[in-house]
Formats: sequence, C-alpha cells, structure tokens
Amino acid sequence: MNLFEYLRPASLDEAIAAARAPGATYLAGGTNLLDLMKIGVQTPRTIIDISRLPGLDRIERLADGATRVGAMVRNADLARDADFAANYPAVAEALLSGASAQLRNAASLGGNLMQQTRCSYFQDPHSACNRREPGSGCAALDGETRNHAVIGWSDQCIATHPSDFCVPLAALGAVVEVAGPGGTRDLPIAQLHMLPDATSPGGTTLAPGEMITGLRLPPEAAAFRDNARYLKLRERTSFAFAVVSVAAMLRMEGDVIAEARLALGGVAAQPWRRAEAEAVLAGAKPGDDAIAAAAEALMAGARPSGDNAHKITLAKRLIQKALHLAAAGTPAVMPALPASVFTSEPAERGEPADV
Amino acid sequence: MPLSISLIVNGEQKDIALEDPRATLLDVLRDRIGLTGTKKGCDRGQCGACTVLIDGRRINSCLSLAASQDGAEITTIEGLAAGDDLHPVQAAFIETDGFQCGYCTPGQIMSALGLIREGIADDDPERIREAMSGNICRCAAYQGITEAVIKANARMRDTQESQS
Amino acid sequence: MSDTLTTPGAHTRMGSNSGQPMTRRDGIAKVTGTATYAADNRPEGLLHAVYAMSSVARGRVTALDVAAALAHPGVVHVMTPENRPPLAQDPDDKPEGSMALRIEALQNSSVRYVGQPIALVVAETLEAATEGARLLAPVYAVEPARIGFDAGEAFEPESTGFGGQPNIDIGDIAAGRAAGTRHLDQTYETPLQYHNAMEPHAIVAQWQDDHLTIDTPNQAIVMARAAFAAFFDIPAENVLLRSPYLGGGFGSKALPIGPQILAILAARELQRPVKLALRRDQMFGPVQHRGATRQRMQLDMDDTGRLTLLDHHTTATTSSFDTFIEGASAASRNTYASPAIATSHSGVRVDTGTPGAVRAPGEASGSAALECAMDEAAELMGLDPLDFRLRNYAETDPQTGKPFSSKALRECYEAGAKAFGWQNRPLAPRQMRDDQGHLVGWGMGTSLFGAHMNKAQARAVLRADGSAMIATAGADMGQGAWTALAQIAADGLGLDIDKIDFRSGESSLPNGGIAGGSGHTATAGSALFAAGEDVIRQLADLATADPASPLFGAGNAGVVARQGRLHRADDESRSESYNEIMAKAGISELEGKGEGARDPGHAESRAMFSHGAVFAEVRVDPDLGQVRVSRLIGAFAAGRIINPHLARSQLLGGMIWGLGFALMEEGIHDKRTGRPVNGDLAGYHVPVNADAPMVEALMIHEDDAFVNPLGVKGVGELGITGTVGAIANAVWHATGVRPRSFPIHMETLIG
Repeated sequence: MNLFEYLRPASLDEAIAAARAPGATYLAGGTNLLDLMKIGVQTPRTIIDISRLPGLDRIERLADGATRVGAMVRNADLARDADFAANYPAVAEALLSGASAQLRNAASLGGNLMQQTRCSYFQDPHSACNRREPGSGCAALDGETRNHAVIGWSDQCIATHPSDFCVPLAALGAVVEVAGPGGTRDLPIAQLHMLPDATSPGGTTLAPGEMITGLRLPPEAAAFRDNARYLKLRERTSFAFAVVSVAAMLRMEGDVIAEARLALGGVAAQPWRRAEAEAVLAGAKPGDDAIAAAAEALMAGARPSGDNAHKITLAKRLIQKALHLAAAGTPAVMPALPASVFTSEPAERGEPADV
Repeated sequence: MPLSISLIVNGEQKDIALEDPRATLLDVLRDRIGLTGTKKGCDRGQCGACTVLIDGRRINSCLSLAASQDGAEITTIEGLAAGDDLHPVQAAFIETDGFQCGYCTPGQIMSALGLIREGIADDDPERIREAMSGNICRCAAYQGITEAVIKANARMRDTQESQS
Repeated sequence: MSDTLTTPGAHTRMGSNSGQPMTRRDGIAKVTGTATYAADNRPEGLLHAVYAMSSVARGRVTALDVAAALAHPGVVHVMTPENRPPLAQDPDDKPEGSMALRIEALQNSSVRYVGQPIALVVAETLEAATEGARLLAPVYAVEPARIGFDAGEAFEPESTGFGGQPNIDIGDIAAGRAAGTRHLDQTYETPLQYHNAMEPHAIVAQWQDDHLTIDTPNQAIVMARAAFAAFFDIPAENVLLRSPYLGGGFGSKALPIGPQILAILAARELQRPVKLALRRDQMFGPVQHRGATRQRMQLDMDDTGRLTLLDHHTTATTSSFDTFIEGASAASRNTYASPAIATSHSGVRVDTGTPGAVRAPGEASGSAALECAMDEAAELMGLDPLDFRLRNYAETDPQTGKPFSSKALRECYEAGAKAFGWQNRPLAPRQMRDDQGHLVGWGMGTSLFGAHMNKAQARAVLRADGSAMIATAGADMGQGAWTALAQIAADGLGLDIDKIDFRSGESSLPNGGIAGGSGHTATAGSALFAAGEDVIRQLADLATADPASPLFGAGNAGVVARQGRLHRADDESRSESYNEIMAKAGISELEGKGEGARDPGHAESRAMFSHGAVFAEVRVDPDLGQVRVSRLIGAFAAGRIINPHLARSQLLGGMIWGLGFALMEEGIHDKRTGRPVNGDLAGYHVPVNADAPMVEALMIHEDDAFVNPLGVKGVGELGITGTVGAIANAVWHATGVRPRSFPIHMETLIG
C-alpha cells in the first residue's frame, strides 16, 4: 500500500473541498478500497474518511412513500431494518446473500454502489486493463473468462459488476443522490454504471470529487413487497460472488401480473434490466410461457465473451425460477440461506432423503 | 506527522501515535499493541481470521484503517475470559471441538459472539452455518463450530435469564 | 474401542488415558488467543521482511528499482541476487537421499514460475516493507509460459511423490485384458490445488553468534532443523526451531522454502530479528501445491462383475525444474482385488512452482478417479455400486499378496450403508427428488490410506514426586497430537495425564519424526510409549529386587503400572507407588528413552492400511446444476483410536476436504502468463460452513497386532479418499451426468 495523507473532514462540504486534491479518494467502509490498495490497484494520494460524516446513516420513510437511505448505512443494518426488509424483501435478500456477515457489517451503501469489478485481470496490476489503465487493452479477452460478461460487453471490457445489492435496486428504479463540487444531483441507478462501448471500458459516471450521499427507492417500489425474490447462483453455498443472480419482483392483481421488475447480476457491467422483458409480463398470468418469454427478452442480444456461454443458459433458467418463486409469494421469513436455490432445510441427521 | 488516535481495547484505553496512516486495525492490534490473538489469514476480508468486535459488531479488522477507528471500542479474543473463567463461547468451542489448528479460532469465536448478539440465528443450525460462513476453517471444524454457537447461545440465554 | 492392550513382553498395558474422548490439551490456549503461532512472536528490535514476487512465469529479472525501495521511509535493506550473501548449500541442490525440493533463494536472476521470490525488502514496519517490495517494479526478459497438460513438456518420471515407484504391474496384464468381457475406458481430470492452511507460512529468525533461533511452523521439526542448518554452515544443534503451534500444514510445512532462508539471511546480515509472513497471494507460489492430473482408467470385468484388469495411468504436472508427481495410480494397487493391475505415471513440466505433498498426496486424486471408475463399472454391470465393490473385495493386498495387518472394511461398508440407508437406493440415476423438486443422488466410495510410520525418539523422566516429564519434538498442526500423544505418553508411564509434563514442538527435544503420512501418532506415540516403558522397566527392577517392597520377587513379566503405582499382575492388591519405590532407592529421577519405528518383521509380512467407506447424498438443482452435499457419512477402521473426539474431527475435516476437491477447489493459472487468476481466498474456493451441513464419521472397531505395539494406524488423510468419488457418484446418481473433471461445475450438469 502506498503512503497517503489521511483526512477525516467534519462536514460534507469539507469533504468535497478536500476531494479537489489530485489523487484524492473517499473512504467509507473500506471493504473495497483498502482491498484494492493492498493489491496495488488503487494508489490514492489522499484518503478522505467519510465514514463519520453526520447525517448519512439514516433510513427514512418519506412523506410520498419513498424510502431514503443514507450512504453510510451499513449493508447489514439496512437488511435487518424490519420496515425496510418488509417493504423491499428482495433488496434485503440480496444484501444478505452478499459477502460475509463481517463485511456486511462494515460495507456502506455508497461503497457497495461504487464497488469495482472482481475481474481478476482488473485486480492484477500486471495485466492490461482498460478500466484500470485506459488504452492498455483488455487481458481478460482470451483469458480465463468463465465468470465474465455475456451481455452488454465490448472488446474494451468484459468485466461484470459484482454487486448483489444493486440488482434489485436497479429493478426498483432506485435514484442515487450525489453531491460534488458542482452541488447535488439525482442520478437514476441505471445511469450510475456505464456499459463498455467501442471506445470506452465503462465504469461509474460520477465526476471527480463526487460522492454518493444516499439513495431513494421511489414510492412505487414498495408495491412489489408481496412477490419478490432474489436468487443467486454461486460456486459455493455462501461467501461467493454470483455466477448469475436475478431479482424478480411482481405486483399482482389477482392472478395477473400488473407490473414486473426484473434485473440480472453477474452478467454485465451493470445490473441488467430491460423494459421489454418487464413489458412481456405486464398483464400476463405468471405461467411458463410468459415467464420464458420474459427470460428471452431480458437476455436478448446475449453472447459469450469467452468460455462462458453457459452463463446465458443459466441466466435464462434462473430468471424463470426466480419469477416462479416471486409469483408464489415472498417467503414469510428470510430464507436460512438467502438467495440460495436450496431453500429446503436439510433432512435430520442420519435420515435418508424424503424421496 | 503521526496521527494520534485512541482506542478502547478490551476496556482499556490505548493512546497510539500512529506513525503510518496505512496501519490497519489488525496490524495495530498485533504489532503496536501486542495483542496477537487476532490472526491474519488473508488480510483482505476473505477468511474472517481477523474478526474483532468494533462497538459490539463483528468486523474484519484487516479491512479497517486504525485511523478510522479512533475512539472505537474494540473487543478482541484476549478480552473475553475473566481471569481463568472462560467466556461461554470459548468454553463451548473446546467442548464441541470447534477447531483443530486453532488459527482461525479467535476469529471464529469473535464472530460467534457477534452473531449471538445479533440475535438472528437462534438455534437454527442452517442459519448459524450461513451466518458463520465468513469465517473459513481450513481444518473444516464446521460441525463443532455450529454446535458451539448453539451451546453458547443457550448458556448465555440462561445466564441472562437467571440475572434478570 | 479396546481400552486395554497388553504389549508383548512389556510391563504395562494401555491405561485409562488412551481411548478417552479428552478435549484438546491446548484448547484453552487456542480459545483465549494465547497460543503463540510463529508470526505472533515480537522480539525486541524486530524488522519486517516482505519478498517481491515474480509476475512472469519464465525468464529473467533484468532490472529492479532498488533505489526506489530504499528511498521509501522505513526500508532498511533490499536483498537481490546481486548482494545476497552466500549460502553453504545451493538452493538448487537436493541432498542425496533426503526428502527435499529445489527452492528459490535469490541464487540467480532467473524466473521459473509466477510468485517466485525475486528480492527481499526489510523495513522497520510491515507497511513499509510491503510498499518497498512493490516499488521494486521489476523488469523482465520474458519467455512464453507453459501452462496446462498440452503446453508443457512431457516426460517419464523416475519416481512419484518423494521416491515412490511410478510404474508397477501386478499379474499378467495381457491375460487380464483378454479375460474381461466388459470394458470401461474413461479419463478423469483433477486441477492444481493449493493447501491454503489458514496460517500463511511465517518465520521469525534471530541470530546470536553462530546460533540461530527460528520460530516457524514445521511438520518435521528435527529433520527441518538439519535442513535449515545446512544452508548456513552451522551444526544442526546450533539451530533452535520452535513450532509449538501450526496453523494447519496439510503437507506444506515440512520442507524449508526460499522465503524462510532469505529471512534468516537478512537477520544475520542486519544482526536484528527478522519476521517474514507470507501474504495469502504468496500461498500460491513457493509453498508447493497438488499437481494437476489426467487419469485414464481402464477396467475389465468378467460376466460376474469381477475385475480381470485394473489399469490406471496418471499424467501429472510438475515444475520445469524439479519433479514431484502426484502418485495417483498407486491408489489402484491396494484397494480392489484384480488378478492383473497395471499402474503407471507420466509427467508434464509446466511453469508453476514444484508440487508437493498435499493431504493424501496421490491417494486423494487417485481415489477420485478410481472410485468414479468403479461406479461407472458398476453401472456397466448393472450392479449396485456397493455390491460391485464387495465382489471385488481384496482379502489380501492386491499388490503384494500379503495378508493385511487388519482390515475391517467390510464392517465399514456395512455400518456406513446402514447409517446412510443405502439399501433404499434405486439403481438407476435421476430417480429421486426432494420436496423442493431438487434431484437427489446417493453415491459411495472406498477410503484407503497406508498405515505409515517413520522414526522417532522420546525421552521420559520420572520425578520423585510421582510426576513425569516426557518429550518428543512432535508437531501439532491441528490433528491433536499434543493431546493424543500425551495420552499415550501417560499410559506408557502408568500415570494420569495430569501428572505428566508433556513437551513437544521444539527441535531441542528428541526427534519426533514427521507429522505426515498420517503416521505421527503411530510413530511419535510409539516412541513415547517406549520411553515410558523404559522408565517402568527400571522402576520394576528396583521394586522387585527390594525385599521390603510388596512387589519383591514378582519378576519383570508380572508387574503392571497404573495410576502412579506398580501392581503385581497376579495380585493387584499388592502394589507400591512410584515415589515410594524411588524414595526407598534414594533416586530423585529415573530417565527412560524410547524409539518408535515399525517392527521390520511385521513390515515385511503384512500389508498395512486404514480403510473406510464414504456415503454421500447430494441435491442438485435440475435446471441450474448447483450442487449441495446434504449428507456425508463415513465409516472408518483405522486401528486403535487414541482419542475418538479428535479422531472424529480429523475424519470430518478430511471428508470436507473431499467435498472441496469434488465441488470447488481449483487453482487456475492464466495460460498466457502463468499468473494465478484466482490466487486468493475469494477466488480459490474452499468449503465454508454452509457447505458442510451434515457430516458424520463412524469409527469401526479394529484391533491390529502388527502395525505397532499401540495398534494405531492413522486418520488424518483417510477421510479425503473415498469422499471425492462418493460425491461425484452421487451427482451422477442425481442427474444421470457423469462428471469426469474436477471440480464439478454447474455447466457440466445442465446439458
């Protein structure tokens, strides 16, 4: 880790002013930034510790029915907030399926939104990476790509966004509150993470010195509370990033889907949401055909970026599973293994499976 | 210029002139304060060996700058036993053989204590397994760890009840 | 378990300590954080060292920015091949006949794998040393990396592991092939696997004149002491190696590694204590690993389902500069009866570090392929997998034809199958679902591991107060040696365990042998027991020759030692306490010595193995291919179990290693650069708590009069064998898809 200057400003304004220094970066929970500093991927000259800035740690229900969450609310606290979890169960489930209990206790909302890709070539300063060093190339192309993007990628970058939390947030149309040298602004979450294109590797759209101060879930987001799931495929039962994940939420009117929200994680450089897929479901009954059509619509244009064609198949199937489960209703209690496809409790010790 | 921070570690105030802002809480505990019970397994939040309680919450001390924790109350494995009396979590780990090599054990125990205080796992082994999955045990003493959490939780509940 | 055992010609028998499910004697130290692992040592004046790692797989370092590193505040020294002080032994030499591997200690500027040490930076703080190493910004002359079976250079190895025979044919191979009416020919692959003990290798080195003290975790303390001394041209006795606690070893902590040598050199150069602890990413470099294997299994059977030929050929990866071949084919030599068995190995040289011993080296990979092939053969024959194995049960050792010293495998099959409910298993795959609609499958595998012994010594001193000190330089890396060995030692002395002061984990003590090959309890335990017996023999001589003793005239054969007293064997009411005997003889201390090694006659006449049977149940999502092991039940027979509590933990741990092998562990190196793409614990998945819902180990009674006087085999590595195949076979039974490449990925199962 390089040497840096450590600052702990007392106010938001002070923090933003301090961030004008070249090579300055904000430190919140530290679970991503310090990690990247330890492996030499980030080398800030100034660290502005915003973890104690006043006023950023609240979860508030606003008058219009929206919910506002401060940027420094820790992942675990948000997931365990009874009111929040009741209104946005898929968000809580996504949060609880991410990382470990310790990391969730430290990681902040803002940090989760700002976290960097886990692409191993991004994490290796010796490898070419357009994200880390614009113009250097993408070493992941033709590399070990089992877990790379299968949609919305370009030759500039095939990395995925690793967040679980952001997936249901994207589906719910969350709005990110940003403060910076030019004042404050609202940013739809769909515009926070840019996809790569022919000339750019993508990344976040925050300008230098800007920081996330909070997030709003719009009033209509709570309408999906009764039919919401987040499912996550991973290579071990817990404490692993998603191979593919899905947030599926339905607003049911009788046995008809009035409105659907659907987003994927682990497949692209942003949580992948497409209005067409949700439109397929609106007005339909949650049957196999509509659900399969929604899966196809969401994955339209998917193509492997390497040895990862299986992720397309997995994504389509996981979407369907998640939609079926969402249609069946939000579980009464948080599953013991949040987001796992294994919802059943194991049989009693020594007893054969109930088959 | 060194940063002056103070930590309350296991109930004792420690004033530290931090000559290097890079020092993590883990390295300050181990190298500056001399509390080496907390272990470094990966230094990147991927194994849980460095788990301590910060203001009562379980945290990976390797991914926290000591400077950020100025004023915090830290509980480490050294702060659990009262003299020769083991904390119920410690005693339970011994009884259930919830460890082998012992290297991940301080982190497991702090994590278990954090979990019990969170009050989210109750006695459901599946919830405990999930909640303890941030603590890797390469010896794979997982069965014993899960049993220890259940055992300790019951005892701590009993003690609480008998005190109230 | 039998809790008494009369040892032929001895005065004593196993007493009340062995066989008890005692909790760990080091338990309190471990749960309170007072157990001192190597990196916990902080001597006065300590410096911190960090080594820079090569980021290329092959080539040469052409430049290092030493000035930049030295300019970083706190950095005091940078060691490179240019200024490295000479070593008395070339790191590329392998002393004849010794267990050793070539290491990298800056002997030159060449690079032979990613992660190799290329410089050492020493600083006042860890932070400064770490950044200093980064600032070296090496420049390389790069040659193309050779990664994977097809890119490497093939060769025919002269040995597997440390000195194993690569090619052994048993019986008439051609006849066996001709006799088979059914034929299976399949190839299985296993990846590189890294030990990843929770404690990264660490050392604190201090010199005083020509005496060296090193705090470093080690599985073979006295052997390693000599190996370290050889590099520094000092007698082995000048090295004090302290290893009271190891944070796991799994085979990676027996041999010196380059970074340890460099830290010792730096400590001498700077005349200050130096600490070096590997980072986790450095645990994918110079610390050995399990080589990848490609195993071709050819099984021929007659119409009744009996093997006529078992042909197991392994191709394994090793480094470009040294040879350690995962001896996987050896698994087929001793497990199943077949009139003809062909076992052979080829090697492929790739640009990684040299592989080494990883928990059940050879056996784990070999068992995986063998047990999968046996399952496929059973399917081919239309037989239940357990029935098929029973038809090929080896009554005598297939390799040598010798009788087994003991073999309760049949009982393991029976107990395991019963506990599991195996009799309800449908023969065909894809027949079972749980209430969630997940596919359910059941599979099994046979566990087998040699009952190895090496050589060890021990010393016991009985004191006038009736307590005793007993010592051997053993290693407890979590297996529970401090407890099990102390139990044996106490029994050897006929004392309660709280009367003994058991000393271990330090090189100044008698050689405790190697904590490896699952032979430590047998070996060091035998030495300790013998040392105790030696004391008791002397004590009995005193008492039986003393006319005032109630034991007078009892004769050597007629005395039993128990709870600090000698009793007449024929009349236990006549006894005398140790302290009375010593007091009357005017002796304040009695010293005994013992050796642990196998009786050569027994070694010659018997085949010696631990056995077991593992039964696995998996749930598989039918659409998504995600697998969860829902039950794992093993039944194991491993001779006398000294401490069932701790032996169970060892077996469970081994089985969960098998789970990791089957479903997740995989060291992936980029084929173009050789760099690990998952060289950390977020990428290199080992099982977490949620992966291991229900695991049970049953211990099956087994008496063994041949392995050693204690009747002890070993349990440390047994559990991983059998389990990998059991899980893979259960996955097939659930899905109908045969996974033949490990770990089993979900994409393999979704079609």
